Amino acid sequence: MGRFIVRRLMLMIPLIVGVSFVTFALVNLIPGSPVPNTRDNPKIRPADVARLEKQLGLDKPWPERYVYWLGNIVRGDLGRSMHNQVPVRDRIWAVLPNTMLLSVSALIFALAVAIPLGVYAAARHRTWFDRLTNISNVALFAIPNAWLAIMLVVILTFKFKEWGFPSLPATGITDTRNGGGLADRAEHLVLPMVSLSLVQIGVWASYIRSSMLEVLQQDYIRTARAKGVSRRSTLYGHAFRNALLPLVTLVGLSLPGIFGGAILIEYVFAWNGIGLLTLQSVNQRDYTMVMGTTLMFSVLTMLGNLLADVAYAVLDPRIRLD
Amino acid sequence: MGTQSSTVSRQTEATLADAAKPPAGRTMVRAAPGMYRRAWRRFRRDHVAIASLVVILCIIAFALAAPLVSNLTGFSYSENHLSEKLSNPGENGYILGSDGNGRDILTRLAYGGRVTLLVATFATLAELSLGLGFGLISGYYGRWIDTVIMRAVDVLLSIPSLPLLILVATLYSPGVILFAVIIGAIYWPADARLLRGEVLSLRGREYIEAARVVGVPSRSIILRHLLPNVTPILLVQASLTVPSVILTEAALSFLGLGVQVPTPSWGNMLQEAQRFYRQQWENVFIPGLMIYISALCLYLVGIGLRDALDPRLGD
Repeated sequence: MGRFIVRRLMLMIPLIVGVSFVTFALVNLIPGSPVPNTRDNPKIRPADVARLEKQLGLDKPWPERYVYWLGNIVRGDLGRSMHNQVPVRDRIWAVLPNTMLLSVSALIFALAVAIPLGVYAAARHRTWFDRLTNISNVALFAIPNAWLAIMLVVILTFKFKEWGFPSLPATGITDTRNGGGLADRAEHLVLPMVSLSLVQIGVWASYIRSSMLEVLQQDYIRTARAKGVSRRSTLYGHAFRNALLPLVTLVGLSLPGIFGGAILIEYVFAWNGIGLLTLQSVNQRDYTMVMGTTLMFSVLTMLGNLLADVAYAVLDPRIRLD
Repeated sequence: MGTQSSTVSRQTEATLADAAKPPAGRTMVRAAPGMYRRAWRRFRRDHVAIASLVVILCIIAFALAAPLVSNLTGFSYSENHLSEKLSNPGENGYILGSDGNGRDILTRLAYGGRVTLLVATFATLAELSLGLGFGLISGYYGRWIDTVIMRAVDVLLSIPSLPLLILVATLYSPGVILFAVIIGAIYWPADARLLRGEVLSLRGREYIEAARVVGVPSRSIILRHLLPNVTPILLVQASLTVPSVILTEAALSFLGLGVQVPTPSWGNMLQEAQRFYRQQWENVFIPGLMIYISALCLYLVGIGLRDALDPRLGD
């Protein structure tokens, strides 16, 4: 087991190098100076532009800059923000827990709804319930994320307040005044979490349903039924576990989508996470920060896939680790 | 799978049916219908898919008729009426209300539909051409070409696409066409992987080997034997890519990084409206609903198409 994980981690190294190269190349190889609006600005002397570029290390050829940047990354140094000189790593570490809280809770919530939904629909194949979930699954994963989030805020925050119902907070992670308690945090989490997970519920539930249907056609299910095992027990004892196995991989593959969705959700709810940080940095043309967050998103995705592979190997005895 | 015709397209259904006619000498009551004809028969029975197709055609017609809509409402899409901003639907002669600059929502919706659908079409074309090209080359030639392409695919797939897209869109501040190309350039790797797998499974078939043995050049094998056989998968993939591109365009424009105002797109209408959603939620609701309905119906058509074309389901 340990060796398997170590080997998988080693395989991540070339991937990370590749990702870092793509990120670096995108930012640095395009024409134009990353010091925006200074070259054409008549109020800035060329000497000052040169000084600024030297200060940011932009006077050296790009391969040298890339190797330098990569060397620093290996040592855990992502550079300093071009905007305010704060170390990129510190900024990312500061907001990472918020993004993780949002993404992981959305993931768990989505699974908690999708699994029963998918299994139940498969168990009632070709009934009205099955057909309904089938269509509603598509209806869920076609929802524009940001629009859904805003509409939920409109209804559950503003309209509910208007109608005199208890309403949920629309923005932030805690209340600025008397917030910070567990209940307050949970209350703030509800809307972003639900908006982020609804789309995933559609994808996963329909996947679980078809996975269940496939397993239910297997010989061992027929054998189990033939020897007199109850329908209920074949469904939940035999079929269920086997149908859930491929889901582990799918969840790993869905991570980029969840992180991508989290950017939109963080934007709508002013949720102080990596997504919001990325957007702010993009607006400030803070390239070191954007490179850092992009790299962070990729590493999180790779770690998630690793975790999915390990989980798959642990859950499926047919998979040998070595 | 299917007939080995060199020009497989939807217009040649008749030719396909001809090609599938039994050889002379054997007696058969009727010619076996071609694969695309059978697929169409299955598709026609799928009421949900047909209804969705009708809705999509209506939306396309609405977008194409944008000048007529403008005539009807009496507003151009970029006309500001600051004194009448954020009118409710039906107020001041704005059928669906006006936005934060006092522009007519209905007119902008029609013109925005043009932009959104245009981006979606071009982006899908760009994405699938890249995916198809790399997938065919990678799967057919194998060896180091395959290794290089697939490692690049691995790298690109491990960067979440939205952050990447945000980065690229900021650097280039794109117009409609460039924006579509960028989306295609970022999303192709998944398609390349899918098509490569398909080509790999086809490459081992006898007819491909036979072609190679008799000395058919690689280019002809790829274009005349492999391409027609991956066409069904390509069609399904295309029909599922269009809605996902529409959602991507919406997300990016929503963040202010897509098509720039005053050119309307459903996504940037959403972005403009969300600044005022506390005063007027209808402005957010309407363009979002258009995006939602289009994406939903396109997905349903795509799923119908997949079920109709999937050879494993049979008749």
